[in-house]
Amino acid sequence: MAIHIAGGHVIDPGRFNGVADVLIDEGRIVAVGPHLTAPAGATKIDATGRLVLPGFVDLHVHFREPGFEYKESIQSGAAAAVAGGFTSVCCMPNTNPVNDNQAITEFMLERARAAGLANVFPIGAITKGSEGKELAEIGDLRRAGCVAISDDGKPVMNSLVMRRAMEYALAFDVPVVDHCEDLHLAEGGCMNEGAISTELGLPGMPSAAEDVMVARNVALAELTGVRLHLAHISTEGAARMVREAKSRGLKVSAEACPHHFTITEETVRGYNTYAKMNPPLRTWKDVQAIKEGLRDGTIDVIATDHAPHATQEKQLGFAEAPFGIVGLETALPLTFALVEEGILSLEAAVDKLSTAPAKVFGLAKGTLAVGADADVTIVAQHEQWEVDPAKFFSKSRNTPFAGWKVKGRVRTTIVGGRVVFEASQAEG
Amino acid sequence: MSLKRKDLLSLAPLSVDEIRLILETADSFKEVTGREIKKVPALRGRTVVNLFFEPSTRTRTSFELAAKRLSADVINFSPSSSSVVKGETLLDTARNIEAMQADIIVLRHPSAGAAEALARGVKSSVINAGDGWHEHPTQGLLDLYTIRERGLSFEGLRVAIVGDVAHSRVARSNIHALVKLGTEVRVVGPPTMMPSGLDKLGVRVYYHLDEALRGVQVIMMLRLQLERQGIALFPTIREYARLYGLTAERVKLADPGAIVMHPGPINRGVEIAPEVADSLSSVILDQVANGVAVRMGILYLMSGAN
Amino acid sequence: MVMAQNDRPQERLVMDAGDIARAVTRIAHEILERNKGVQGLALVGIRTGGVHLAHRLVKRIQEIEAASVPIGDLDITLYRDDLSLRKEQPILRKTSVPFDVSDKIIVLVDDVLFTGRTIRAAMDGLIDLGRPAEIQLAVLVDRGHRQLPIKATYIGKNIPTSREEKIQVLLEEEGEDDRVVIFKA
Repeated sequence: MAIHIAGGHVIDPGRFNGVADVLIDEGRIVAVGPHLTAPAGATKIDATGRLVLPGFVDLHVHFREPGFEYKESIQSGAAAAVAGGFTSVCCMPNTNPVNDNQAITEFMLERARAAGLANVFPIGAITKGSEGKELAEIGDLRRAGCVAISDDGKPVMNSLVMRRAMEYALAFDVPVVDHCEDLHLAEGGCMNEGAISTELGLPGMPSAAEDVMVARNVALAELTGVRLHLAHISTEGAARMVREAKSRGLKVSAEACPHHFTITEETVRGYNTYAKMNPPLRTWKDVQAIKEGLRDGTIDVIATDHAPHATQEKQLGFAEAPFGIVGLETALPLTFALVEEGILSLEAAVDKLSTAPAKVFGLAKGTLAVGADADVTIVAQHEQWEVDPAKFFSKSRNTPFAGWKVKGRVRTTIVGGRVVFEASQAEG
Repeated sequence: MSLKRKDLLSLAPLSVDEIRLILETADSFKEVTGREIKKVPALRGRTVVNLFFEPSTRTRTSFELAAKRLSADVINFSPSSSSVVKGETLLDTARNIEAMQADIIVLRHPSAGAAEALARGVKSSVINAGDGWHEHPTQGLLDLYTIRERGLSFEGLRVAIVGDVAHSRVARSNIHALVKLGTEVRVVGPPTMMPSGLDKLGVRVYYHLDEALRGVQVIMMLRLQLERQGIALFPTIREYARLYGLTAERVKLADPGAIVMHPGPINRGVEIAPEVADSLSSVILDQVANGVAVRMGILYLMSGAN
Repeated sequence: MVMAQNDRPQERLVMDAGDIARAVTRIAHEILERNKGVQGLALVGIRTGGVHLAHRLVKRIQEIEAASVPIGDLDITLYRDDLSLRKEQPILRKTSVPFDVSDKIIVLVDDVLFTGRTIRAAMDGLIDLGRPAEIQLAVLVDRGHRQLPIKATYIGKNIPTSREEKIQVLLEEEGEDDRVVIFKA
């Protein structure tokens, strides 16, 4: 089935930036250029005044299946993804059971195929059960379809085990992703350690807990030569160390989440559990450093760390509530806010959401080149809308951005040449 | 030319001529082990002491047989049961043995460098039967002998050593000797088992077995030490066997007529499939037979008057 | 080991090529006469001096009797009685006796019979290979000075010498002109 996307502003970072048509057929991009002639019977999408972008790629989501389907299933997560313009997502292995073997990986891929929405690329565990002790069967995980390995949710605390994991990963050419947190330093903490945590009487997690592990991981990456990807960095120190590591030519990449470049620990005031996540919201200085990191290329990628939790869970006391907020359906407008601020050019913003993530994990996505998979996101850049969690496609509603008036809306999402999402009429 | 050395501690310092002398000497003893009466009087009246701080039936028995076939007297010390438990040092134990007129001490010890330390402190000749991860020179030599016995010449030969090289003294000894003799040596295994700086020893490192086996004439399998799974060197035996186990299909990737070697004991179905171990291309049992001949040769060469 | 010409100052010829050939022929006849033919006979040359002579004898016997005799090479290094006294162990050469010595008449062959210790070692080596019915000894030269009670069965030539002198048998098979020389050590 052919699709003709006409008259939109096509941005394929590094390749094309201008008004053009995009022609899709048999699931692939067939042509990009002004005034194309579509084959007969092609569906026409009028993209005048819209942005036509390569489908976004999120390197870091938590779809809670198997084990916690009440928070999110692969099906509902994939629906949330395409609603947010994400045509490919990489889901972390901290399910129940943990994705540390090929059976679970194959199960996840099966559920994703059944949903038929966003492409799902599983991330396998580094250690068995993500317990940080024995290596998972990384060869098998790779063979089954995992694109990276991580024990996310947790760091790999034992540096020898992390070293071995990195070395072992070399044989399979998989990137190693670490959640940088020294559990001893962060012990018991539930928000950033600072004046506000003191005021609120809550135990804090100092920035140093993240910085210490970033430093360790960079040193191990240098020792082993592995491709290291740092998940959700949030501190000034982390940004600085990644910058330095890159300047020395090390194979280190980093991601930042929209909440870490938009809001600070101030949002926690009032014991707002919808502002509780790990790493926590930090200070204004940290937010500035993350923005600067995005601007100068230190931070390669924007990822959401989409972490759904049920309402009743977030209604527990602040210290007891689980860490995490959803993010797939709010990432786009928050990223575009950086464009408005002049931190990123439009093309750079698209790159961070789409092309760069695909490169970091070696996925054949994030591009509108001829012959590429037809994963396309059509966006109304200036359309204003209000974040209403009740309208989320995700099963969960845990977001600190409820009620925010934002700009930038996904209108249509196409995966493999099929329209999988169409926004309802514009609101105002 | 002769072996002008008091001790045999490692293969790294041996010259090509010395290695060839040992292999040629072993030829004569191979002939002796083929006789009805497998004994010659060459070491009559000499005393050989096997000082084994690590349990090992195979190597110790091999040395014992070699010494006895040379008509030497043999004493076996396994110090777990003796004075070392009481805090006596390696050197003290050895000096006591030396005082009993031991001509040659064969030492196996869990610490690298133990044989060298011992050799410095005693007048007896010391033969290293394995010191920690460092070297196992007699094993390396019997491996060379076995390759040579098959009519293969070392110059330009392609050998793949497969397994836990990082913790293998057999691998190190073989690497030193083979590279010296002009062999192309490939080491294969998961990156966690390939120690740093291997390329400086003159070998090429591979992480994928199929790739490494192409064009190889000798496949040397190392034993997977199962107790190592605990320190994150490999995830499961299942995955290790799938990626690095030598199956009949994989043997076909090597040169036709390639030989398969293993220092033993074999983990059947782990690093080597049972049908491969039993097949004609396996010279594993030859290695054991050659071990006695090679060790007789070494004992003979080291037994000059001091 | 054959010493080079200039290591043998003032060498004196005691047997020339013709003498050697005649001695070999005569010994071959004597072996056949004493043993009444080749039945059960085998020759074993002692390395290194006796090996070529043993081969020559076998060839001669073939020519005389039109019959072949099994032949082997014996390295006696492992049976020497002076191994424990030497600083460096002597290099081994291979023993290759490709037949069963048991119940055979073995004629040991060596070039020079001197102290008798080599022959003693050779007999020990031979007996380790089996149980010969009889052992006989053929030497090209007997130079006296026995230290053990050993006697040759067949002798090419008796050459009296003093202890300080050395006798060397040089053969064509080793790139020399056939001859036996005597010189001062």
